[in-house]
Amino acid sequence: MSILLAVLIGWLFAVGVYLVLQRALSRIVLGVGLLGHASVLLLLAEGGRAGEPPIVSKDGVPAGIAAPLPQALALTAIVIGFAMIGFLLALAYRSFVWTRSDEVEDDLEDARIREMVADEEGHYRASTALDAEGPIRPEDQP
Amino acid sequence: MRLLALPVIIPLFGAALCLLGTRWLAAQRAIGLLATSSALVAAIGILVEVEADGVQALDVGAWPAPVGITLVGDLAASMFLTMSLAVILLVQLFAIGQEADRVRPAIAHPVYLVLTAGVSLSFLTGDLFNLFVAFEVMLISSYVLITLGAGRDQIRAGMTYVVINVVASTMLLTTVGLIYGATGTVNMADLVEKFAELPESTRTVLGLLLLAVFSTKAAVFPFFSWLPDSYPAAPVAVTAVFAGLLTKIGVYTMIRSTSILGLEQLSDTILVAAGVTMVIGGIGAVAQDDIKRILSFHIISQVGYMVMGLGLYTVAGLSAAVLYIVHQIPVKTVLFLVGGLVERTTGTNALHSLGGLLRRAPVIAALFAIPALSLAGMPPFSGFLAKLAVVRAGIGAEHYLVVAASLGAAILTLLSMNKIWAGVFWGKPGEPVIDTLREPEDGSAPGRLRPPTLMTWATAAMVVLTLVVPVFGGQVHDLSVRAAEDLIDPSAYVEAVLGPETAEGQP
Repeated sequence: MSILLAVLIGWLFAVGVYLVLQRALSRIVLGVGLLGHASVLLLLAEGGRAGEPPIVSKDGVPAGIAAPLPQALALTAIVIGFAMIGFLLALAYRSFVWTRSDEVEDDLEDARIREMVADEEGHYRASTALDAEGPIRPEDQP
Repeated sequence: MRLLALPVIIPLFGAALCLLGTRWLAAQRAIGLLATSSALVAAIGILVEVEADGVQALDVGAWPAPVGITLVGDLAASMFLTMSLAVILLVQLFAIGQEADRVRPAIAHPVYLVLTAGVSLSFLTGDLFNLFVAFEVMLISSYVLITLGAGRDQIRAGMTYVVINVVASTMLLTTVGLIYGATGTVNMADLVEKFAELPESTRTVLGLLLLAVFSTKAAVFPFFSWLPDSYPAAPVAVTAVFAGLLTKIGVYTMIRSTSILGLEQLSDTILVAAGVTMVIGGIGAVAQDDIKRILSFHIISQVGYMVMGLGLYTVAGLSAAVLYIVHQIPVKTVLFLVGGLVERTTGTNALHSLGGLLRRAPVIAALFAIPALSLAGMPPFSGFLAKLAVVRAGIGAEHYLVVAASLGAAILTLLSMNKIWAGVFWGKPGEPVIDTLREPEDGSAPGRLRPPTLMTWATAAMVVLTLVVPVFGGQVHDLSVRAAEDLIDPSAYVEAVLGPETAEGQP
C-alpha cells in the first residue's frame, strides 16, 4: 500500500478517536462514522494491489485478480457501520428530546458517591435519579 | 454435523415469524418460547455429540475450510452454549411473567431472539470475521433492548453502553483486518499454523490488540468502567441476560483467541489485569448503595477470576476458568432476577429505603440466599467449587500474589453480599415505596407485595439450575479438564476443521 494511503488511514483514526472523546453527541456520531471509514479503508488496503475482477471462468482462475476476501469483509463492515450510525443518530435524537441538549451526561450515581465524601453531616442522600424526586410521604405534603 | 447450525438458525427464523405477528402478543410469546427451547434442545444434542465424538465442525454452504465459514463445536463452546441457552429461556419466562414485553410488543420478542442467535453464533463460529459479525448481531440487539421504551436514565446509560461498544467493535474490525493482512486468512483453525509463523513482535502487537478488544467486552481492567454506568439503568430482564451472558462471551473469546493464536507470552499481562480487576470489582461493590450497582461491580470482580484462570495458562488454570464460566452464567443472572423481584415487591432498589423482607417475602429471601452464598464462595455451592479450582490452579502455578488478591476479593464479595442481605432482608420492615410520580419501568402497579407467579417460578427454576453444577460437580469438572486440554493443544480443533492431513504437521 502506498504511503499516502497509510497516512490517510492513520489520520482518519486519529480524527475519529478525537471526535468520539467529545461531549457533544453529534460529534460522537461523526467520530464513529470516521472510525468506520478508517477501518474499511484498512481492510481494502490489506487486499493488496488492484487487479482483475475476481470471477472464475471455465478456463480457471485468471491471472492477477484482485483479492476477493477483503472486498467481502469491507462490504459487510460498511453495512454494519451504516446501521450502527443510523441507530446512534436515533438515540442521540431521543436523548435530545429528553434533555434538550446535545451532551453526554455524567453518571448520577458516581456524582453522588463523590459528594458523599464532601458531605460533613454524613446524611445519606437518594441514590438514583428515580429516588431523587423521592416518594411522596404524607408528612412531606404541604 | 448439521446440529451445529440449529442454535443459530432457529432463533433467526423465530424472529422473522414474530415480526409477522406484531399485534398478537400471545403468538409472539409462543413463538419466542418455542424458538429458544428448540435451540436449547439442539445445544444439548451438540454437547452430547461433542462429548462422545470430539470436536465437531460444519462447513456452512459446503464451502470447504479455510475458504468458507466453519461452525465449530468443541467441548468448552458446547458447555457454554447449553448453559447460555438455558438461561436465555428462563429469563424469557421471567420477562413474560413480568409483562415486560408489553412495552414494545412488536420489537421485544424478535430482538430477543436475534440476541439469542448472536450469542449462539459467537460461541460456535470458527472464523474471526464471522465472530465480528456475531458480536455485531448480538450487540445491536442489546442496544435495542437496553433502550426499549426508554426514559431519560435509560437513554443516558444506553448512550454510554452503545458508544463504548461501537468503538470496541471498530477496533475488532481493524484488528481482524490487520490479522488478515499479516497471515492471509481469517479462519481460526488456519490461523493456528499461520499465526505462529509471524515474527514475535507482530504476534505480540496483534495479540494485545485482540485481547484489548475482548477485555472491553468482558469488562476487565482497565476497560471496565462502562459496566456499572450502563447495566443498572436497563430493565431487569435485560440486565439479567447481559450480566449472565455478554461479559462471559467476552471472556470466552479471550480464551479462544489465546488458544488459537498461542499467546502464552501475554499470560503475565493477563494475570496482572485479572488481579487488579478482582480487587477493583470487590472494592467498588462495597461502596455502592443500590442493589443493581453492587451486583454490577460483582460482575467485574468475577470476570477477574475467570481471566485469572486464563492467565495461568495451564490445564488446571484453563479448566478452572471453564468451570467458573459455567458456574457464573446462571448465578449472576439469577441474582439480577431476584433484584427485579425485590424491586417489584417494594418499588425501589436503594438499600437505605429497604428492610425487613425476610419476614414479608421469605421466598424471595431464600431465592437470594442460595445464589448469593454461591457467588461468595460458600460450600457446598458451585461458587466454592469454582473458586477452589482457581485458587488451586494459582498455587500449582506458583503465582501467589494473584491468589492472595483473589482471596481478598472473595472477602470483599462476601462483605458486599452481607450488605445487601442486611439492607434488604433484615431490619425493621419499611413501608412499600409508592412512587406516584413515576410508574415502574415494567408498567406494573407499584408496591405490590406478591410478584406474579411466573416471575417467581422462573427465578426458582434458575436457582435449581445453579445447583446443577455442585450436584454433578465431578462430571462438570471432568468435562472442563477435557475442554482445557483441547484449548491448550488446538490440534484436535484444527483436525476437525481442516481435515486430518493438515493436522499431522502441528507442533
